[in-house]
Amino acid sequence: MNAVEPAAGAGPIETDVVIIGAGPCGLFAVFELGLLDLKCHVVDILGKPGGQCSELYPEKPIYDVPALPIVTGQELTDRLLEQIKPFNPVFHFGERIDALAREPGGRFLMTTDAGKQFLAKVVVIAAGGGSFTPKRPPLDGIEAYEGTSVFYSVRRMEDFRGKDVLVVGGGDSALDWTLNLQPLARSLTLLHRRDDFRGAPHSVNEMRRLVDEGKVRLMIGQMTGLDGDAGTLQTVTVKTSAGEEKIAVDAMLPFFGLTMKLGPIADWGINLNENLIPVDTEKFETSEKGIFAIGDINTYPGKLKLILSGFHEAALMAQAAQKIVYPDKKVVFQYTTSSSSLQKKLGVK
Amino acid sequence: MVKITFIQPDGTAQTVTAEEGLTVMEAAKMADVPGIDAECGGACACATCHVYVDAGWREKTGAPSDMEEDMLDFAFDVREESRLCCQIKVTAALDGLVLRVPAKQF
Repeated sequence: MNAVEPAAGAGPIETDVVIIGAGPCGLFAVFELGLLDLKCHVVDILGKPGGQCSELYPEKPIYDVPALPIVTGQELTDRLLEQIKPFNPVFHFGERIDALAREPGGRFLMTTDAGKQFLAKVVVIAAGGGSFTPKRPPLDGIEAYEGTSVFYSVRRMEDFRGKDVLVVGGGDSALDWTLNLQPLARSLTLLHRRDDFRGAPHSVNEMRRLVDEGKVRLMIGQMTGLDGDAGTLQTVTVKTSAGEEKIAVDAMLPFFGLTMKLGPIADWGINLNENLIPVDTEKFETSEKGIFAIGDINTYPGKLKLILSGFHEAALMAQAAQKIVYPDKKVVFQYTTSSSSLQKKLGVK
Repeated sequence: MVKITFIQPDGTAQTVTAEEGLTVMEAAKMADVPGIDAECGGACACATCHVYVDAGWREKTGAPSDMEEDMLDFAFDVREESRLCCQIKVTAALDGLVLRVPAKQF
């Protein structure tokens, strides 16, 4: 993946198409758009390509991809990456498009949560079930503390200096932040529902050493409630085998995995239907001209959430996208089997 | 067919008939049992089909596998009787099974 980063202070990245989501449909869209000479940048909140296929079921077999009687989510992703290689897509992982607005000239200006900007003629939303976001523990009133006392990620470690910190969870995120924040925090408590950790053995050993040295308090139990004042958390109620205990906490970091949320797409002025994006079945275009939606995130009469349906949608979408990017170009339908020009693009001739 | 009863947090009971060989999650989804979200579709990757196995049935449903235990870390209010019902196969031995749906999936 050859990410070309613009120089600092440069304007937005200009491209034909921005694809939101690097799952199977987003990846295959690169192929169909590439055959029609459209250049793509692909943005995904996850740190790697594959979407749900690689995040939720990398090892699970899929049986209904045409011509592949059995393929795992990871194999499918790897094969798609191989297939789209000739088109040199540029990937932007670990970023989410937060804002989208149409420019006077008709192009779309997009800004990611990291401040990166894109200017594109076409936007393809291939965001599946939405963007993967940290799960929010279902504790009453937790929203009031988010960003002030409850954090799902660490932006600045310094913010935790001198604080009573509670880390909750049993995976690598919980262990890593326990190890990283312990030296800064006034106190650090690690809370997990069982005395068994999924994280890397080295991190588990390191955490246990800190517990033995009295530098980290390990509690086996679960949170049942939060108390605080005006957005500032004061105590977390923890249920352990010994009963309930209130512990004083300035900052709480819960790590309970990821869930899929529609996210900022809801604010872009596109018509939605219960967190899905209605599209037509000729072009798979949304209510906004030039913004397409393919794969699990769209809806239309007869929609099936199948990977193969998303592939079909990508092919038809690409035809319509080409008319936007090259309005004067005569469209000649060609097969990859026999077209010399398509084969040249694929690098096989 | 195997009968499985789901009890909601408010006490409402719903008995569904399930074909042997399906997972309990699939049977619940077919009957639209509220509170069985099954976001990942049965890949043991989300912990949103969390149930409590009623006393007396835990021996028959068995204990969670290591993978399921790991995934239960992502559930809320996990108890000794917690299972992810996408990991319970419907068998004749489970006829009459009673499961409680937690107050919240997350």
